[in-house]
Amino acid sequence: MAANNKSKIKSNKATFLERIHIDGFLLFSLMSLMVVGLLTIYSSGGQEQELVNRQLVRLGLAVGVMIGLAQVPIMFYRRIAIYAYSLGVFMLIAVLLFGDIGKGAQRWLDLGFIRFQPSEIMKLAVPLMLAMFISRKTLPPNFGNIAIGFALVFVPTILIAKQPDLGTSLLVASSGIFVLFLAGMSWRLIGFIGALGVTFAPIMWFFLMKEYQKQRVITFLNPESDPLGSGYHIIQSKIAIGSGGVEGKGWLQGTQSQLEFLPERHTDFIFAVFSEEFGLIGVFGLLIMYMCIILRGLHIANRAQDAFSKLLAGSITLTFFVYVFVNMGMVSGLLPVVGVPLPLISYGGTSMVTLLAGFGILMSISTQRRLLSRAT
Amino acid sequence: MAKQRQTIRDHTAEANLFTSRALISVVVVTSFMLLILGNLYDLQVRQFEDYQTRSNGNRIKLLPVAPNRGLVYDRNGTILAENRPVFSLEIIPEEVSDLEATLVALGELMTLTDSEIKRFQKERKRQRRFKPVALRSQLTHDDVALFSANQHRFPGVTIEARLSRFYPFRDTLTHMLGYVSKINKRDLEKLQDSGQEANYAATHDIGKQGVEKYHEKILHGQVGYQQVEVNSQGRIIRVLDFQPPTPGSDIVLNIDIELQKKAQEELAGRPGAIVITDTRDGGVLALYSSPSYDPNLFVHGISQKNYSALLNSRRSPLLNRTTQGRYPPASTIKPHLALLGLEEEIIDEKTKIRDRGVYKLRNVAHRWRDWKKGGHGIVDVTKSVEISCDTFYYDLAYRLGIDRIHESMTMFGFGEYSGIDLHEESAANLPSRGWKRARFNEPWYIGDTISVGIGQGYWNATPLQIAQSINTLVNKGVRYTPRLLKGYLVEDQVIDEPVIMKEPVVVKNEKNWDVVLDSLYGTVNREHGTAYRAFRKTEYISAGKTGTAQLFTVAQDAEYEEENVAKELRDNAMYVGYAPYDAPEISIAVTIENAGGGSANAAPLARNVMDFYFSQKKGIVASSHIEQVKTDVQNRTIEAISGGE
Repeated sequence: MAANNKSKIKSNKATFLERIHIDGFLLFSLMSLMVVGLLTIYSSGGQEQELVNRQLVRLGLAVGVMIGLAQVPIMFYRRIAIYAYSLGVFMLIAVLLFGDIGKGAQRWLDLGFIRFQPSEIMKLAVPLMLAMFISRKTLPPNFGNIAIGFALVFVPTILIAKQPDLGTSLLVASSGIFVLFLAGMSWRLIGFIGALGVTFAPIMWFFLMKEYQKQRVITFLNPESDPLGSGYHIIQSKIAIGSGGVEGKGWLQGTQSQLEFLPERHTDFIFAVFSEEFGLIGVFGLLIMYMCIILRGLHIANRAQDAFSKLLAGSITLTFFVYVFVNMGMVSGLLPVVGVPLPLISYGGTSMVTLLAGFGILMSISTQRRLLSRAT
Repeated sequence: MAKQRQTIRDHTAEANLFTSRALISVVVVTSFMLLILGNLYDLQVRQFEDYQTRSNGNRIKLLPVAPNRGLVYDRNGTILAENRPVFSLEIIPEEVSDLEATLVALGELMTLTDSEIKRFQKERKRQRRFKPVALRSQLTHDDVALFSANQHRFPGVTIEARLSRFYPFRDTLTHMLGYVSKINKRDLEKLQDSGQEANYAATHDIGKQGVEKYHEKILHGQVGYQQVEVNSQGRIIRVLDFQPPTPGSDIVLNIDIELQKKAQEELAGRPGAIVITDTRDGGVLALYSSPSYDPNLFVHGISQKNYSALLNSRRSPLLNRTTQGRYPPASTIKPHLALLGLEEEIIDEKTKIRDRGVYKLRNVAHRWRDWKKGGHGIVDVTKSVEISCDTFYYDLAYRLGIDRIHESMTMFGFGEYSGIDLHEESAANLPSRGWKRARFNEPWYIGDTISVGIGQGYWNATPLQIAQSINTLVNKGVRYTPRLLKGYLVEDQVIDEPVIMKEPVVVKNEKNWDVVLDSLYGTVNREHGTAYRAFRKTEYISAGKTGTAQLFTVAQDAEYEEENVAKELRDNAMYVGYAPYDAPEISIAVTIENAGGGSANAAPLARNVMDFYFSQKKGIVASSHIEQVKTDVQNRTIEAISGGE
C-alpha cells in the first residue's frame, strides 16, 4: 500500500519486496538460475516431467525457507549462533555414533519423525558462530581469537570429514575461514597457515584420507589411467563439455547426456550437460549470472551496518562461490571429484534448502538494515 | 551489552578493513571464474574436435550386416544349395512382465526341455535386458505355426528368422559341393591373415569343403553396415545410415544333377567313384564319391556322436574318392603307354608279340604273369589294348624305361594336381627314380618299371586324373582343366567362365592318335574287346578301356582265387570310356573298390550311365545317324586290319 505511494521521499519509499524483506536483484538472479536449472534437469533426466516437478516442489520449499528467514531480524541470528553451533556439533557426534549409512557414508540422523543431515546445519552454524565470536571484539582479531576461531572451524570439519563427506567438510571449513579472512586476519598469518597446510598435506594423505578419497585424487591427476573405472566419470564429463563447442549441441540435443554416457548427469555433473548443450556461450552467461549473485552478496556485506552482519554476509557469499568453483572445477577436470552440487542448478533437496536459507539470512541483512538503524 | 561494545569501536576503520578484504575477494573470485572460463575455452574450443570425435565414438556404432550367400545351380538351373530361413524363438526379457509364467505357458505350447531353459537362463544373465535371448534355435514348422497362432499371449516373445544353408539333394552332392558350417577359431585366424575379418563380421557360416569352400569368396559377398546411434548400455536409439550388403554371386556348376543322381544310383553305396566330364571343355558333369553322407548335418553343427561315426567308419565316407582316392590305374593307362611306344618308335602298328601268358627277362628269376592263363597268342598294339594284354606292356615298359614313362605320363596329368576347383585333391603318385630314392632311399629296379607298365606297382592315380587322361587322348593332346564352376548367374543370364587350357601333349606323328583311339573303339565294339559284352547294342557308339587293379600280390606259384582273398584286398574294378566315338561329348571314369574285374563289374555300370545320358538327349542324335557312323567306323577298321596284314 505504502509502496504505491509515489509522493513519499525516496528513503521512505518501501516497495512490496522491501516490505517482505526481499532483495529484488538477488531474488531475480536466483530465480533465473533456478529456471536454467529446471531446463537442464528436464534435459538431463530423460525429459521426464516428474523430475522437474519434484525439483519444483523442493525449490518452492527452499524459497519459502528463504523468505521466512529473511523476515527474522539479524540480531536473532546473532543470539542463536552459539546454540545452533553447539547443537550441530552434538548431532555430528550423534551421527558418528548412531547415524544411518547411506551410499557408504554416515550422514543421516533419524529422529523418528524426520531424517536429515546435521552437516547441512553446520554450513550455516559455523559462519554464524564464527561471525558472532569474531565480531565480539574489534577487528582485526588478535592471534588468540584467531586460534580459537580455527578450533571452532576444525571441530565440525573433522567430524564431517570422518563421516566421510569431503565436499561438505570443505564447504564448512571454507565458510569459517572466510569469516577469519574477512575479519582482517593478517597476511603473515595467512601465509603461515598456507605453509602449514602444504606441510600437512602428506600427513593427511597417509593418515587421514580414506582409500576412495585417495583414489579420487589419483583419478583427478590422471583420469585416463582407469577409463572404465574411477576415471569414467571425469572422462565422459570432459567429452560432454568439449564436444559442446562454442555454440553447444542445443537444448535436449546433448548426446553424452541424452544417451546416458554421462553419469550423475542431473546431480553433481549437471554442469557438463549444460556445457554440452549450451556451449561456451552458455557457460559464459552462466558465470555472469553467478558473478551477479556473488557481487551482490559482497555488496550487501559491505554496506551492512555491523561487523557480525558483514562477516556473515561475506562468508555466505564466498561459500556460495566455493560451491560454484569446486563443482565446475571438478566437472571440467580442474579439481578432484568431491561431491559438491552446482548450486541452484543441480537436482537435489537438502543442500538447496541450506543454500537458500543462507540467502534468506543474506536478505535479512540486506533489507533489515533500515529497521536496525532505526532501532539503534 | 552489544551496543556498549559497538560504541567504543572504530567503525570506519573496521568498515574500511572489511571493504578492502571484500575487494580482494572480488579479485580472487573473478580470477577463479576466469580460470574456469579458460579451462572451458581449452576444452570447448581448442580441443573441440578431439572431444567431438570421442563423443561420436561413444554414440555411433557400425553394425555389420551379413550378405546373403550366393546360390548354387546345376547346368540346367536346378538349385543345389539354397538359403532357407531357420526360425528361432527369442525373448526380450525387458518386455516380459512375468518371465517365469511366460516360460511355463510356452512350455505348455511346445514342451521346452530342461536344458533349453537352463541355457536360456544362463544366456539371459549375461545379456542386457533389452537384447533378445534365444530360447529354441531351430523351430519346426509346427512350432512356428503353433506360436504364431498364440503370439498375442506372449508380449516380448518373438520368432526370428535367419537364413541358413540347405542342400536339397543331401548325400548326392556331398563331396563335390561340400558344406558350410559355423566359423571356428581356425577359420577366424585365416580370415584375419587374409584381411577378410571385417567382411565376415556378421557372417555366421563359412564354406568348409568342396565348392562351398573353394568358391567361398564368390559366394560370400560383401558385408554391409548399419550406422546406429546407441546409448551407454548399447541400446539402439535410431539408425543413422544403412549401407546394404552385396550378396554373394549365384553360381552355375557344370554338374548335371540327373547324371549325378544316376551315378549315385549305380554305385548303390559301394565304395567307389564316378567321374563324368565333358570332353569338349573339361566341365565336370558328375563327380560322385561313394559312400556319402548328408552335408546338412554339418550346417547346424554335427553332434559328436554322428561325427565320430563318420570319422571312424571303415568305409571312409568323409574321403572324396573322386579326387583324393589313390588307386592303381591298372590297364586304363595301356592306351597311353601304347601311344608312347608308337611315338618313341619302339613299336609300330605292325609290331606283334607272342604272348604265352608269362613274361621273363634274361637272368631274372621273377616271372610276370598275364591276367589270362596261357596268354593271348599273337598280339599287336591295337589288340593289346582291346584284350588288355599284360605281356605286351611288360615288354613295352621294359623297353621304354621308367624315365620316358614318367616324362610322358606327367604330360597326361598323372602325379599332378588336376587343377579342379576343389581343395580336397591328391596328386597321387607317378613314380620315378628320384621319387623312389627320396621315398625309400633305394635304386629303381627294372622290375619296378615292368609293374608300372600295367598301371600297378608304385603308380597310383585319382579317378579324376584317369578321366582327365582319357580326355587328353580323345582330344588328341588338347588338355582342359576339369572345372566344376561353369559360370555366374547374373539377372537370369549365365555368364560363362572361360575354359582353362593346359599345355597340350604334342606328338611327332598325328596318325598315332588314330591307332590308339581305334584300339579304344575296338575294346568296346569288337567281339574280342574286354568291354564288348557290357556295351552290346548301345544306341550310340562309345569307346573305352577296362581295368582290374590288383591290390593283392599273388605268390609266384599261386593262383588268384577271389574266394580266398579278403574282401578289402579283392581287385578294384575300373572302366574309362567316352562317347560318341566320332564326335566325343562325355567321358566317364568308374572305380569300384574290391568289386572284381573291370569288364564284368565297372563297364556295365558305365554303360548304364551312358545310356541314361544319351536317352536324355535322344531327340538330338538321330538313330539313323548312329548306324551311318557305325558302318563308317567298321569299314575303316577293316581297312586298317587288312592294310596291316
